[in-house]
Amino acid sequence: MEKLKTILPPLAVLIALIALWWVVVVQTESVIFPTPGQVVTGTMELVEDGTLWEQIGASLFRVGCGFGLAALVAIPLGLWMGRVDAAYITLNPIFQILRPISPIAWIPLAILWFGVGNLSPVFLIFIASVFPMIVQTAAGVHTIEKRYLRAADNFGVSRYVLFRQVIIPAVLPEIIVGMRIALGVAWLVVVAAEMIALRSGLGYLIMDSRNAGNRYDLVIAGMVIIGIIGLILDAVMRKLEGLKSVRWRYGR
Amino acid sequence: MDAKIVVNNIKKQFKDLPVVDGVSLSVKDGEFVAIVGPSGCGKSTLMKIIAGFEASSEGEIRIDGVVRHGPSPKGIAISQHGSVFPWLTVQQNLMFGLNGDRHGDKAALADHYADMVGLKGFENSYPHELSGGMLKRVEIARALVVKPEILYMDEPFSALDALMNLKMRNELLRILGEERHTVLLITHDVEEALFMADRVLVLSPRPARIQAVFEVPHPHPRKLSHPELQQMKEQILQELGVTV
Repeated sequence: MEKLKTILPPLAVLIALIALWWVVVVQTESVIFPTPGQVVTGTMELVEDGTLWEQIGASLFRVGCGFGLAALVAIPLGLWMGRVDAAYITLNPIFQILRPISPIAWIPLAILWFGVGNLSPVFLIFIASVFPMIVQTAAGVHTIEKRYLRAADNFGVSRYVLFRQVIIPAVLPEIIVGMRIALGVAWLVVVAAEMIALRSGLGYLIMDSRNAGNRYDLVIAGMVIIGIIGLILDAVMRKLEGLKSVRWRYGR
Repeated sequence: MDAKIVVNNIKKQFKDLPVVDGVSLSVKDGEFVAIVGPSGCGKSTLMKIIAGFEASSEGEIRIDGVVRHGPSPKGIAISQHGSVFPWLTVQQNLMFGLNGDRHGDKAALADHYADMVGLKGFENSYPHELSGGMLKRVEIARALVVKPEILYMDEPFSALDALMNLKMRNELLRILGEERHTVLLITHDVEEALFMADRVLVLSPRPARIQAVFEVPHPHPRKLSHPELQQMKEQILQELGVTV
């Protein structure tokens, strides 16, 4: 019953919006803009000839590589910066300058350095997701309450135990928040990058559908699928926040 | 070498502000000493210095005759807000200080102390699933597991409600009866000090100095309604500038 209460209102709004869209398209007798029904038919077409799965797979693969690499670099770097003040003082200003540059602005450089293959979008996603994770991880280390570090100090534990049982678990909730932000940005960027440079992926699907004969039904189908996958990615990251070992931080 | 802890003319100032101004005291092995003082008098700072978390501006601390530099597992600190790790289960918390191989079966040792403080059945719970009183037990048990010789307690029970506070006093005394530790307790609660300590030191307002010393020779269990204890309480309160 409770669950129904959280599902019904957004569902009702969604249905109303789709109905409105349908009515407006029919009323204006638009030739180019598709009705929701046409979008569904278009999507089925993509499903049947298999291109949909190919494009989704291509986009997810790029996000996986770029995001994974970024996590491998950002988490250790963030931990190090959080613990060693000299590293923080030296590196933080540089990351603060690089961070606000939209990853889209890197596209020309990415093409120049890596061409239009898979490497370019992986690089762009790396750039997009590495900074939020570094900043969030380092900030997480800084916010560890002193009483916990003091207790670790008191028991005279080894550096390994200090990291393994105090610092990493204390920062894990922040790391997960950083990963969520980063994955969201990564997904935005992969689609944008594919629109400009590549021959596969959901971004390419959208641009190609328009260029190859104004198939706006497929354009919208692509947009909806991007939205749904983004939602699923976020839901997966949210699942991580429910882990018992990090739940203390989120007050649930 | 009778004294366990010797505090020798400790002074501490932050910038130009003197916080601790020449405190000397000594605690015998197995003795329970309470330090009471008005809030903001610098008693927590004094405790941090004695436990080794902060350096003093002047003076020295000797533990078993050796000058102290920094904290050690020989003396474990228990503070008001606690430091039980919220990301570890009760058992993992208790096993935290047991590193190296010299402790044998760590889980069994942890369970023994969990049992001793009344945490049986909660070994696999996370701290956020426990009440304030239970958390305090976890903290005490975690300290006891490493078999410290000294317990430094800074307002250990003042974040608890009044009833739990009274209960924990008795619990602590019972535990100390089983394993005799040297205890240094900082509190603003005069009754708490009189109920548990062998000796009560009264600090002056900031900068902290020792203003008066009271021996409490009464055997445990004590009744705070005992006339002598009541009288002593009034004297201590008077020292603290409170007349009742």
